[in-house]
Amino acid sequence: QKSDIKAPEKFALKETRIVTRNIGVIDPRNIDEYIARDGYFALSKALKMTPEEVIKEIKDSGLRGRGGAGFPTGLKWEFTAKTKADQKYIVCNADEGEPGTFKDRLIMEGDPHSVIEAMIIAGYAVGATKGYIYIRGEYYNSVENLKKAIKDAYEYGFLGEDILGSGFNFDLTVRLGAGAYVCGEETALLESIEGKSGRPRLKPPYPPQSGLFGKPTVINNVETLANVPQIILNGAQWFRSIGTPNSPGTKVFCLVGDVNRRGMVELPMGVTVREVLYGFGGGVKGGRELKMVQTGGLAGTFIGPDKLDVPLDYDSMKNYGVSLGSGVILAIDDSHCVVDIALNTMEFFRHESCGKCTPCREGTRLACEILEKMTKFEATMDDLKYLEQIAILSADASFCGLGQSINVPLLSLINNFKEEFIQHIKDKYCKVG
Amino acid sequence: MAVCEKHKELYEELDAYIDQVKDKPGILIGVLHKAQELFGWLPQEVQEHVAERLGVPISEVYGVVTFYNFFATKPKGKNQIKVCLGTACYVKGADRVMERFLEELGVKAEEVTEDGLFSVHPVRCLGACSMAPVVLVGEKDFYGKVTPDMVSKIIAAYRRGGSQ
Ligand SMILES: NC(=O)C1=CN([C@@H]2O[C@H](COP(=O)(O)OP(=O)(O)OC[C@H]3O[C@@H](n4cnc5c(N)ncnc54)[C@H](O)[C@@H]3O)[C@@H](O)[C@H]2O)C=CC1
Ligand SMILES: Cc1cc2nc3c(=O)[nH]c(=O)nc-3n(C[C@H](O)[C@H](O)[C@H](O)COP(=O)(O)O)c2cc1C
Ligand code: SF4
Ligand code: FES
Repeated sequence: QKSDIKAPEKFALKETRIVTRNIGVIDPRNIDEYIARDGYFALSKALKMTPEEVIKEIKDSGLRGRGGAGFPTGLKWEFTAKTKADQKYIVCNADEGEPGTFKDRLIMEGDPHSVIEAMIIAGYAVGATKGYIYIRGEYYNSVENLKKAIKDAYEYGFLGEDILGSGFNFDLTVRLGAGAYVCGEETALLESIEGKSGRPRLKPPYPPQSGLFGKPTVINNVETLANVPQIILNGAQWFRSIGTPNSPGTKVFCLVGDVNRRGMVELPMGVTVREVLYGFGGGVKGGRELKMVQTGGLAGTFIGPDKLDVPLDYDSMKNYGVSLGSGVILAIDDSHCVVDIALNTMEFFRHESCGKCTPCREGTRLACEILEKMTKFEATMDDLKYLEQIAILSADASFCGLGQSINVPLLSLINNFKEEFIQHIKDKYCKVG
Repeated sequence: MAVCEKHKELYEELDAYIDQVKDKPGILIGVLHKAQELFGWLPQEVQEHVAERLGVPISEVYGVVTFYNFFATKPKGKNQIKVCLGTACYVKGADRVMERFLEELGVKAEEVTEDGLFSVHPVRCLGACSMAPVVLVGEKDFYGKVTPDMVSKIIAAYRRGGSQ
């Protein structure tokens, strides 16, 4: 695989590199280079603190889950620490499957030790002695680099027994996923690590109460974890000085689609779509018009050019109807048909629906049927109404986050581009062709 | 069960792997990964073998195999061509790349060419979206910014037996 990791270039927009600080700078397969950049210093510092102090630092930092939902990481750790059990686990969610997202892959490939160090710190903080990294089987280079990094960490005494003479033990294993998007959902992921089909469990209980093999479990996204060593080293106040009050720190954005420059960029929370699109991406490719942008991944929102100045953080969904999710920004120019985009989106969900519950299984199937009819100019206005109802119903009645989120892309498309849907129905015409 | 020499060796290698990991919890998926790596796909007999060796019901093995996209219950081509149809690739014309592969090879999606050399698979995001549209041949050969006109060249590279 040709690596698309490059050393930073000059951006019009200033990057703030926390989780990407080592990418392209160090040789990810050489532990000494990681150590030379303060690697495993945070671990050694954390082991001299009490577990409560470590949790407090993470809580005070305001770090929130970068997997998309933005749940406070310190709280999650605290819940897990407080649940009594003979065995606890730390799991890294590295199943990154959101189309358009590749940040976790680049972090694991370019700086695997930062994730490993964070997991050991998490283990110490909550009293877990075993960790799993659940990673997409297709992420070949990440798997190789992680395995090498784990081996080296054992050799240097950062993993295994009596870590750095502290009396704390921690073991770490890599588990490969087998190609199912829903396994990124945390409880489905736990089922998969247990060797079963990855069908989601009922929540609550949440993993901090009952997770892997029924034991208290912290499950965090790769990017979330990669922030941890820097927070321990530099302190919660430093972290809070970056980003917005409710979403401190940075976010890694993946800019894809019809832009001049595609790629990954780490910026303070609160940056706007316009800044990423033009400051980093250099605008729309080939002088075409920007038609819409999808933010937050496939389950995210489609927005028109009127919402480009919304500051992106975990509150922007609530305040402006623009989701941050996993940080994808997909630019779509005016050569694309809205109905076609909707169909591609719903086909993805239909294919990835695990089939456990009816609203999602049938809802995604019916939505695809209607959209197919629409592309052939055979749909009626009733079909459009029905499509909206399906979206609302499956959001309400589905069992897990997959089915619960299909209303977001679908309704944002219908609401923002109703005219174009109606053109396909009434005028039997598509202006794009 | 009559097995040829080649298969016997593969079964032996699989059993050696199973013995190594047998006592770890939740290892079924890992064993199936290994089995597919060895056999190329997961025929009924192999699934039965795994069930027996791990002491789990065949229904459980079958359930897991059919749940995950990665596991194949039909043989695949020697070179598996995976065309990403994820959104980032789709807006960059991945559907036309897919069409061209099927046309040039004269197969439908998931079908194997008569010579057994190729099969074409639509897949979801491969995490290389900045190079969209993306095609992956086998496990490691990534092609980025693929246009329909590049398709015949990509195929030709594998007809000669090499990779890239
Ligand atoms: N990164 C990626 O590739 C993808 C990310 N997503 C994102 O996933 C998100 C949805 O994820 P879900 O896990 O379904 O959301 P959720 O809201 O159920 O949970 C978010 C996190 O908070 C924890 N949590 C929530 N309430 C809790 C409580 N009372 N006690 C303890 N822990 C609690 C959960 O365990 C989980 O780790 C979406 O926002 C979407 O953006 C979706 C698809 C792919
Ligand atoms: C269908 C679905 C797929 C998901 N896929 C991922 C994923 O690939 N990676 C991830 O980190 N979180 C994913 N999530 C979110 C996880 O369930 C969970 O919220 C996350 O791992 C928690 O980690 P965090 O608090 O560090 O964000 C997914 C959720 C859903 C509903
Ligand atoms: S909502 Fe969809 S993916 Fe989630 S459990 Fe139901 S069928 Fe499965
Ligand atoms: S959408 Fe094709 S590689 Fe991500």
